[in-house]
Amino acid sequence: MASVSHHLDVPESQPESSLSGNMYRWVSTVDHKRLGLLYAMAALLFFVIGGTQATLMRMQLAVPNNHLISPAMYNRLFTMHGTTMVFLVGMPLLAGFANYLVPLMIGARDMAFPRLNAFGFWVFLFGGLLLYYSYIGGGALYGSGSAPDVGWFANAPLTENAFSRGTSTDYWSLGILVSGLGSVASAINVIATVFSMRCPGMTLARMPIFVWLMLVDSWMILIALPPLSAAQIMLTLDRHVGARFFDTQAGGSALLWQHFFWIFGHPEVYILIFPAFGTVSEVIPVFSRKPIFGRQAVVAAAVAIGFISTSVWAHHMFAVGLSSVTNTFFAASTLLIAIPTGIKVFNWIATMYGGKLRFEVPMLFCCAFLFQFVVAGLTGVMLGVAPFNFQLHDSYFVVGHFHFTLVGGFIFGMFAGIYYWFPKATGRMLGQQAGRWHFWLFCIGFNLTFLPMHVMGFLGMPRRIYTYAPGRGWEVWNMMASIGVAFQIVGLLFFFYNVIRSLRSGPLAGDDPWDAWTLEWSTTSPPPEYNFETIPVVRSSRPLWDLKHPNDPDWRYG
Amino acid sequence: MAYTASPPLDATTAATEWKPPDRGTVGIASFIVAETALFAIFVAAYLFYLGKSLNGPYPRDVLTVPVTATICLLSSSGTIVMAERALQRHQTGPFRLWWMLTTALAAIFLVMTGMEWWKLIRHDHLTVSTNCFGSTYYGLVGLHASHVIVGLFFLTLVLLVSFRGFPITTQERRIKLLSWYWHFVDAVWVVVFTVVYVIGR
Amino acid sequence: MAPAILSLLQIGLLQAALLQGTAAKSGERRITNIFEPFATPAAAERDIGLFVMLITAAIFVAVCALLISTMIRFRRKPEDDERQEPPQVYGSNQIEIAWTFIPLLIIFVLIGVTARVIAVVQGANPGPAPVRARIIGHQWWFEVQFPELGVATANEIHVPVAGSSGPATMFQLESVDVIHSFWVPQLAGKLDMVPNRANTLWIDPTEPGTYLGNCAEYCGTQHANMLLRVTVEPKDEFLAWAAAQKASINVNTQDVEGRQVFESLSCVNCHAVRGTPANGKFGPDLTHVGSRQTIASGMIPNTPQNLRAWVNDAQEMKPGVLMPNMKLTKQELDSVVSYLVSLK
Ligand code: HEA
Ligand code: HEA
Ligand code: HEC
Ligand code: CUA
Ligand SMILES: [Cu+2]
Repeated sequence: MASVSHHLDVPESQPESSLSGNMYRWVSTVDHKRLGLLYAMAALLFFVIGGTQATLMRMQLAVPNNHLISPAMYNRLFTMHGTTMVFLVGMPLLAGFANYLVPLMIGARDMAFPRLNAFGFWVFLFGGLLLYYSYIGGGALYGSGSAPDVGWFANAPLTENAFSRGTSTDYWSLGILVSGLGSVASAINVIATVFSMRCPGMTLARMPIFVWLMLVDSWMILIALPPLSAAQIMLTLDRHVGARFFDTQAGGSALLWQHFFWIFGHPEVYILIFPAFGTVSEVIPVFSRKPIFGRQAVVAAAVAIGFISTSVWAHHMFAVGLSSVTNTFFAASTLLIAIPTGIKVFNWIATMYGGKLRFEVPMLFCCAFLFQFVVAGLTGVMLGVAPFNFQLHDSYFVVGHFHFTLVGGFIFGMFAGIYYWFPKATGRMLGQQAGRWHFWLFCIGFNLTFLPMHVMGFLGMPRRIYTYAPGRGWEVWNMMASIGVAFQIVGLLFFFYNVIRSLRSGPLAGDDPWDAWTLEWSTTSPPPEYNFETIPVVRSSRPLWDLKHPNDPDWRYG
Repeated sequence: MAYTASPPLDATTAATEWKPPDRGTVGIASFIVAETALFAIFVAAYLFYLGKSLNGPYPRDVLTVPVTATICLLSSSGTIVMAERALQRHQTGPFRLWWMLTTALAAIFLVMTGMEWWKLIRHDHLTVSTNCFGSTYYGLVGLHASHVIVGLFFLTLVLLVSFRGFPITTQERRIKLLSWYWHFVDAVWVVVFTVVYVIGR
Repeated sequence: MAPAILSLLQIGLLQAALLQGTAAKSGERRITNIFEPFATPAAAERDIGLFVMLITAAIFVAVCALLISTMIRFRRKPEDDERQEPPQVYGSNQIEIAWTFIPLLIIFVLIGVTARVIAVVQGANPGPAPVRARIIGHQWWFEVQFPELGVATANEIHVPVAGSSGPATMFQLESVDVIHSFWVPQLAGKLDMVPNRANTLWIDPTEPGTYLGNCAEYCGTQHANMLLRVTVEPKDEFLAWAAAQKASINVNTQDVEGRQVFESLSCVNCHAVRGTPANGKFGPDLTHVGSRQTIASGMIPNTPQNLRAWVNDAQEMKPGVLMPNMKLTKQELDSVVSYLVSLK
């Protein structure tokens, strides 16, 4: 790695440390790193809220015929839990990681459109608050405040005026519409940044895999999110000006909503898993001390997943009574996705093979990710086999499947990322010991919660039920699942404790604590506002390796 | 994997040869992709409900092909190109003229859409809530019209700014991005026109 | 973890078998294990299910073995030289090709099998002259009609044993409000009940007994208590049941006083009792409500006490239910309940 002398005039930042001054700097910031952290902090806050909702649901379901929570409240809980976790935890975590890391990894000083970036964050936050305002303002029957209770995919016609009076569904629709705007804005920004802001020598072929995945991810967002927005606009027209898009009482179609939603919804789940894929693709090589195995294959597989994922949506609709030809087509395309995904999994394992594995906390999360994601993917394959899906659809098996992908995959991947990049963002290391406690408790709790759900599904337990009668063989499994949550909570408390303690007194990290190879580790921790004092020039996909091994640089190969 | 013995690039040549694409262009292109996805869903809804309305009025009874409006809108794509050319040659006068024409054509299109809606609502009693045709028609055409309104707003803004003596020639890049957007709005109209007035009748 | 799932499953099956024994007396199978099917669709789904589980379990074992052995073999050992990096391997095209094509082959097999079973389940012929029923979803109960037999009832479906002794049953699934789903795990996988649309599903149950099911598509507040039960019985019993359900009540011999009270209340706006002026269509048909095993869509056993509690305040028993608290006086309640009990 060399560097071009694009020197910056750095204004000496005034050491203004008053609280209001600090607040003002965060609120008015257009710096991609601060926005990235804002996104991540908002996501963690919503994660605690969504997790609390989940905890309440698990308490209700721990025993049969429980009267802890009323049916109406339970229905709001799972709707808000699902919506929160997907739109207010998943999307902002993704945006946070992308914002923080993409410019650093490609040697840029900021995103392409810093102000659009800030706009994206505040719009997202506003959408989230709008959704949560429904708890206060969403007058349901009898004028009592209430949150939406239509499920996270809000099937029509349950969302139509006839069945969902009051305004709670409008909060769902508009809150997500608005926060979706933020996601599209940040996707445009990532794409423009990746194409236009790379430092000299950073060809597409040399880009870190994380950046590649964020690029593909942003494309998917561009294509997948507007259909949801369109459907939400239609729903709002239905509810407020009497349009009939999904109004089955007046000739509208109930299935059209499902098609529109899942045209968004399926790519969305890959949108969510990609940041985890990206993180794993950065962490595993560093902790195996080897370059990623089959770079091109990993990238090509991501692009393939992006393409295939746009044509599998109806696998969420196998049970609605589509023709057998349609079902066969969608089953086939669904199963095909296993191949590029498998390529990725195998390449990660091959990267570890022959390396010198250091099982530090980020790597632990990556290993758990691998096991859990393979389970999740294979249960996905089981669901993709349409005739089996007729049984499994809308049962707890599905709940098990998608928590394995979303928690076992996405959340574990993101924890790997947090442990890995926290030193870069804050200058301090997260505690190893507390990190291990967090990992093991969360891992055990996670499996204890979500493995039994597969069995509940086999035993015919439908999802989204607020209670169930005793004697159907579901009690043990539900109890196990609920106990698991306790482990998860303790694990997560270790995490929060670790973060707070390390922010104050964690050991100093230095520029490059993991002995890593991508550009973000070449600047200080935390990076200065302008990221790089001089714009770097790179000649391979591992610029810091080249620097550290002048006798055997990467650019000599391939 | 083969060993290559290429001599190292020196930093400055790498830097001078390095010409990534303009971020504005990439940004607007991405934006257009997202917009296309948005329109695609409204088009799909329109096509899905073709012939499925339970009660009238039906498209063939009430829709007339908006020839003049279409001509106006499509030719505005031409005039905006002329305006851009003028700008490239730093000719402020012709730029203003072409730009004014573009704005006027856009305004005419919008007025004609308004008149069509007026007729449909007043005379044919077709509103969003009449039937599925009404919902999807106003949804799709309305979405397009709202884009024309946004476009018109920016066109007017540029016009005002340029008449106020702002050095518009410095804004060539932004004008280009705006014209991309405008071409997109036109292209969408071609699709809307085909779907609503050709296939849909 | 797939082996873990499988072993959990085995425990589950064992437990299921135990509970089955205790419940079998009443003929009610309370464990709705999808791997224990009693009709062709469910059996086909079980078979393909076991097939893909076998394949996925094998893949899981292979991947895990690879992963675990890698983790153990290549972990950094204390004696390793800190500064010595392992050989830098960038990839291998042969290996990439191998792990693209082997999974591709597996997937092709899966696609082929899937296509065939879809045809079996969705396209198959239920045999000559099936019994036809219309099942109509309502917010939180199932309306049941056998148009050819003149039967109208709710939530409890009787069907004949199929096979050599009787015909299969064909369900036409509809909905009057939102989307529901018809799922009796041991007879057939689920099929949604979509407004403005009729889906069809057939079953050919072989074993008499009562099979539990439930609505499997979230449909509002009381989705959890939208249960249903299918009673499979020999053909003659089924026909006897249908004949009894078809008959209107005998207005003169029924509890006359109770009937008059009932008809004076607004119950009749929502409920029908055939042969009387009560002809509401919003709630379940009550003509033979006394003959049902459960009320409130399978939620509670049909006993006089429960009926009384239900009519007194349905909201208390099933919060959010679309039947209001009718605020009956004690006398009204007594008469109405004794009338309902008499509607056998
Ligand atoms: C991060 C999110 C995520 C991811 C990555 C996935 C990945 C997959 N999902 Fe999942 N899914 C969800 C999130 C996700 N899903 C959610 C949220 C829902 C429910 C929504 C709701 O209803 O609320 C859902 C629901 C869902 C359904 C509908 C269930 C139903 O409601 O009936 C189906 C059906 O086909 C499905 C299939 C798949 C498949 C085939 C994959 C594949 O991509 C998996 C591919 C991976 C592997 C297969 C493992 C690795 C591969 C190998 C080791 C190679 C060898 C393997 C073979 C040859 C098979 N998913
Ligand atoms: C990213 C997505 C995501 C994540 C992370 C989770 C996490 C969890 N989910 Fe969720 N879930 C969904 C996405 C997700 N879920 C979706 C999309 C649905 C479908 C909704 C629908 O049907 O519409 C769903 C539905 C769903 C159901 C089914 C409801 C039903 O069908 O009736 C259940 C039931 O057990 C459940 C449980 C859990 C649990 C126990 C966790 C746990 O892992 C949560 C762990 C987190 C915490 C416990 C909170 C954090 C920490 C603290 C409380 C510590 C204290 C705080 C401080 C010190 C500040 N989820
Ligand atoms: C506003 C409409 C309405 C009125 C009025 C009404 N009901 Fe109901 N009733 C329903 C509905 C809807 C159900 C189904 C509830 C469910 O299971 O979710 C029901 C269920 C029942 C059931 C259980 C039926 C079964 O098979 O599960 C009985 C018994 C009953 N009602 C009796 C009465 C009596 C007696 C009255 C008058 C005092 C009455 N209802 C008034 C709507 C009504
Ligand atoms: Cu009906 Cu759920
Ligand atoms: Cu999907």
